[in-house]
Amino acid sequence: MDLAYSAEYEAFRAETRAFLEANRHRFPSGWGGGNRPGPELLAWQRLLIEHGYAARTIPREYGGYGAEPDVLKSRIIAEEFTRARAPSGLSGQGISMLVPTLLEVGSEEQKRQYIAPTLRGEIIWCQGYSEPGSGSDLASLQTRAVEDGHDFVINGQKIWTSTAQYADMIFCLVRTEAERAKHQGISYILFPMSTPGIEVRPLKTMTGHAEFNEVFFTDVRVPQENVVGGRGAGWFVANATLKHERGMLGDPNAAGSRLSAIIELMNTETVDGQTLMQKPVMRDRLMKLQARVLAMQFHGLRLLTAAASGDDVGLARLIVKLEGCELNHQLAAFAIDVLGELGALYEGSPHLRAHGSWQRMYMFDLGLIIGGGTAQIQKNIISERGLGLPREPKLVRA
Amino acid sequence: MEFGLSQDQKMMQDSVHRTLERAAPLARVREAAEANAIARDVHKALADLGVTGLLIPESFGGAGLKLLDAALVSETLGRHAAPVPFIAASVMAPLALIHAGSPEQQQRVLPKLAAGETIAGVAIAESVSGTRDGAGLTASGGKLNGKALFVMDFADADLFVVADRACGLHLVEANAPGLTKTSLISIDRTRTLGEIACNNTPAEPLQNGNAAEVLSRMRDAGWVMLAADTLGAGWHMIDQAVAYAKERKQFDRVIGSFQAVKHMCAEMAAELEPCRSLVWYAAHAFDAIPADAALTAAHAKAHTSEIGRFVARTATEVHGGMGMTDLLGLHYWFKRIGLNRQLLGGPERVRDLAAAMQGFAAAS
Ligand SMILES: Cc1cc2nc3c(=O)[nH]c(=O)nc-3n(C[C@H](O)[C@H](O)[C@H](O)COP(=O)(O)OP(=O)(O)OC[C@H]3O[C@@H](n4cnc5c(N)ncnc54)[C@H](O)[C@@H]3O)c2cc1C
Repeated sequence: MDLAYSAEYEAFRAETRAFLEANRHRFPSGWGGGNRPGPELLAWQRLLIEHGYAARTIPREYGGYGAEPDVLKSRIIAEEFTRARAPSGLSGQGISMLVPTLLEVGSEEQKRQYIAPTLRGEIIWCQGYSEPGSGSDLASLQTRAVEDGHDFVINGQKIWTSTAQYADMIFCLVRTEAERAKHQGISYILFPMSTPGIEVRPLKTMTGHAEFNEVFFTDVRVPQENVVGGRGAGWFVANATLKHERGMLGDPNAAGSRLSAIIELMNTETVDGQTLMQKPVMRDRLMKLQARVLAMQFHGLRLLTAAASGDDVGLARLIVKLEGCELNHQLAAFAIDVLGELGALYEGSPHLRAHGSWQRMYMFDLGLIIGGGTAQIQKNIISERGLGLPREPKLVRA
Repeated sequence: MEFGLSQDQKMMQDSVHRTLERAAPLARVREAAEANAIARDVHKALADLGVTGLLIPESFGGAGLKLLDAALVSETLGRHAAPVPFIAASVMAPLALIHAGSPEQQQRVLPKLAAGETIAGVAIAESVSGTRDGAGLTASGGKLNGKALFVMDFADADLFVVADRACGLHLVEANAPGLTKTSLISIDRTRTLGEIACNNTPAEPLQNGNAAEVLSRMRDAGWVMLAADTLGAGWHMIDQAVAYAKERKQFDRVIGSFQAVKHMCAEMAAELEPCRSLVWYAAHAFDAIPADAALTAAHAKAHTSEIGRFVARTATEVHGGMGMTDLLGLHYWFKRIGLNRQLLGGPERVRDLAAAMQGFAAAS
């Protein structure tokens, strides 16, 4: 254990701070208004990659910065970006899930073709896993891919596909070997969303926005070489991806910035002229949440260290999605309570705070508790893989 | 000793339920919510049943029933996410008139409220949960100045019962000179909320009683009604979750056969069902056990709000991705519970008042 920052790290911190200071005028003001990152944000992302503040450990030949993994430097970057209120690099399913998967099991060709533009935000991806009949039981998926010459011809339906309405590409699970056991007949395949035969129907969620979609495939033709990690190996490739998704969903940095925003809220919002920070019950709830945020942030450091050294931390990694998503949800719930009646207001209302984002997050985060493997599935995984409890017995078919 | 509902109460609740089943199916709820408007047809159907005049004495055309009866109605409205005014219009405002109105005011207003011809909004949020954004009304010389937020049953209101900073109560016509109305948009669009601003607006004082006491009674009644609404909405969500868990299959079996899912359902039921008893007691105490009324109303409101939040998220989780969709409509109940929690004080605020009522400490 050594958390002191040596001179090298202090220098790195100064350098990061100087970078942010010098580039403050380039901070993008927001996502850019549309669904896709706007030009400002794309320029910012390129600048971040160039200086190693995004895609830091991705090899240079694939468009990353190519640094050695270094926990402390990652932490310094996160701290300094938060301090400067600088937007950090892009995220999303392409960057957080597909890129690590390609690095792990992609062909050289696939890595060269897709990683760099994905990192730069030029290719937006969506994840085509879930189907109407296959959510938690993902391996039962029915979308069929039938071999036809050099191609697969894909038919079937996906659901809950986030960002499909504007994504350029999809990484998708399809059944290529209908006769094999359910986990063995699946392939992981990439194709453009502009391929003929794809229909996307947005689904409105409880937030009032279309946050995910139904995606229908009718005779969608995809070259066989677009399979990642080998035909029939899709389940194992997908599990590698899910691991990355779960890491992304439980991100403790998001909780940290949320906590800072709540502290600001409590210092500025008043009831009868008193700030909410002056209310002991609210302060106590804040302190409880702060402890949980800190624990998860330190937990993140431990996982980063383990990842860099290749140590197996077992259980410690398995809890991140469950705990992280729950914590984010609880933070939003608390912010709503801090706001009192104002906390019930929503988009478009007079007196609305933070554009209604606390309520929106509260609802959206419930989706994240469900998505990417539900809380109950996470608990099954923790107890079975983390604690060695026996699996639920399989039903014997009558 | 007998702690339960009478045959009449059960029948009354059932007839409200059946009326709403017919008049306010999900499609009607959705239509009203999308416009954030009152469903006048549903309101009319309920008025025909006598719901609008439930608490109003028979001499003014009402049914002369008690708060427990109103709680049963409120629960049923929550169960159906009914897009109609009730808590302010048919409970809090009538109570203000009954306990603080002059005979003339009662004669003029109560029959119309009872018939559902007049809708009354209620603006007392500042006096219960404190002032924000510079809200607060001052009264002098029959005129009101200032503004009030979170006015309940706001849309289509013909008049408002408002509290001023000194806990005085007033009746204000919706079209009175100098009155500006602004709709507020909450997550729950099955009910309406607003802001009124007064600029030398003429108002009639309701001063035939101790106004501060009447204001507390209105607050207590509002708390019990909000708790009852959450109780009904919460049970609806549990029923939906249980039905879904019996149908949805994953891993070749219905998800309700997984203990994880069973336990979610059982826990929701076990946590929410005692709230029913709390709500009944608080509602009964309002009319029959004055010493317990305010405290049990506060606990009913705060506790049911906490359990409601748990039920709303858990029932959604049982549905998986489907629970998030607009199509399923489960979110109308989720949001209804969400608004009930914040109105007339969130749980912390209400518990603070509950402690103060018992002399444990002054409310902060
Ligand atoms: C906001 C959001 C975004 C999403 N984005 C994507 C996306 O981009 N791409 C994609 O492919 N998918 C996406 N999903 C889908 C997500 O992965 C699924 O919703 C999730 O896996 C659950 O599947 P389901 O919805 O079919 O629920 P079900 O699997 O039907 O689950 C219903 C309930 O049963 C429980 N349950 C099921 N099996 C078990 C078991 N064995 N033990 C205990 N409990 C069990 C679940 O926990 C849940 O409570 C998204 C979902 C959400 C909510």
